[in-house]
Amino acid sequence: MSKGIATREAYGNALAEIGADPRIVVLDADLSKSTKTDVFKKQYPERFINMGIAESNMMAVAAGIASCGKIVFASTFAMFAAGRAFEQVRNSICYPALNVKIGATHAGLTVGEDGASHQSIEDIALMRSVPNMTVISPADGVEARLATIAAAKIDGPVYLRFSRMTSPILFDENTYKFEVGKGVTLTEGNDVTIIATGYMVSEAINAVEMLKSEGISARLINIHTIKPIDKDIIINAAKETGAIVTCEEHNVFGGLGSAVAEVLVENYPVPVRMVGVQDKFGKSGKAQDVMKLYGLTAENIVAKAKEVIAMKKA
Amino acid sequence: MDPKNPKWEDRDRFVLSKGHCSPALYAALAEKGFFPKEELVKFRKIDSFLEGHPSMRYVPGVDMSTGSLGQGISTAVGMAIAGKLDNKDYNVFTILGDGEIQEGQVWEAFMAAAHYKLDNLIAFLDRNGLQIDGKISEVMSPEPVVDKIKAFGWHVIVIDGHDFEQIVNAIDEAKKTKGKPTMIIAETIKGKGVSFMENQAGWHGSAPNKEQRDTAIAELDAVLAGLEV
Repeated sequence: MSKGIATREAYGNALAEIGADPRIVVLDADLSKSTKTDVFKKQYPERFINMGIAESNMMAVAAGIASCGKIVFASTFAMFAAGRAFEQVRNSICYPALNVKIGATHAGLTVGEDGASHQSIEDIALMRSVPNMTVISPADGVEARLATIAAAKIDGPVYLRFSRMTSPILFDENTYKFEVGKGVTLTEGNDVTIIATGYMVSEAINAVEMLKSEGISARLINIHTIKPIDKDIIINAAKETGAIVTCEEHNVFGGLGSAVAEVLVENYPVPVRMVGVQDKFGKSGKAQDVMKLYGLTAENIVAKAKEVIAMKKA
Repeated sequence: MDPKNPKWEDRDRFVLSKGHCSPALYAALAEKGFFPKEELVKFRKIDSFLEGHPSMRYVPGVDMSTGSLGQGISTAVGMAIAGKLDNKDYNVFTILGDGEIQEGQVWEAFMAAAHYKLDNLIAFLDRNGLQIDGKISEVMSPEPVVDKIKAFGWHVIVIDGHDFEQIVNAIDEAKKTKGKPTMIIAETIKGKGVSFMENQAGWHGSAPNKEQRDTAIAELDAVLAGLEV
């Protein structure tokens, strides 16, 4: 495992990488150093537009620019992109299905020290509830780069969810295949399936190893595209392993766990446990300390896996 | 603009920021030939593309979906930025309501338009003094509007919004104004030309019955005849 990179950083680098396309315009709301859109700005200053601390206006401006044939990436923290500007995203971007990519960084609890006001644990729920929106939550820098490149090729709105924290590189940049809407089976297994998204994929990888040492064979699926979700890979996992644990750095209400449960109840119900924020606001602290406090750890995934296996046998 | 090619990329853009004014927009578009006039009677009906608020996906000639107040002006700013990026010489027009400017986003958009010197953006403020709950001065006064918009870095022109010559002259002046966007504040009377509708907040979003309709059309026909003399 090589030295890690924050997914936001991979995003900024990817924007610069594809930036030669003159249709690409990048907007930011006074956070370009944090969202890493400044990497694009350095190479293509004429197509970088700072909108100041006015996220609602920025999202609707993005819609207007996109309506003139541009591919617009609009970036700010997830809290403000999906939260503050929700209705602009809904009405000005998604309703007319305009070509705006929302690069939302600093999502989830791993924002750490900034505390609850900046820890977005609702954005997946908000964004996936809007028609026409694609929602992608990359697990590492390799996937974040590929997701950014793929988003630019989609004709329509995309929500890209990135983290502040440096996280391990999980995938081989030369061989990893990324397809929007397709889950990735990272480990085969028969006793239980762990379905994770974003940073929690790396915790889930550790959980699979811990379970293995206890003789439990866990399948691991990375769901990078939360909408449209890969129904087949979820239904097959339910049929073949009979129990599922979901893992997300988000409220368990409305996020990945809910999305997986929606697929299961309509197709093949099996016991499910959701590892995620249990409907509580976050807290200031070092990212890893916050994650531990709210149970977003490999240890908790292991515990939940054992619970669902027991439910399956009962 | 070109009714045969509504998405012509060099066209002037128009954003109806006060999207609830859609009947007037639809009537104008039908008059220009963007779609058959017969469609107008199906306004807001389930089998029509004439939504209660304009949709750019459904209605030929509509450049932006609007309806949620405050957002249209921002999208117009975006279109003006795109025009600058592409070195195109089209203008972007938008109409705001005077109640609409109570939305904070409008002022974010005003700030951005001046900051980026969007002289290809020409906005109208339809100042009829009324909003759904009554007089704007009583519900939530945005005054002094002229001073505020000037302070935000715009060129401001105040006109009688019912005088076509003043409208045309104001647009000419706006096009000649360089380095800043222009706001044309159009003093208007809601329901102008229909005696029982003039200055009545109650007619903001309601339809006349058949009798009221016939009276209104007769009064408007008389106004029209006067104009043609």
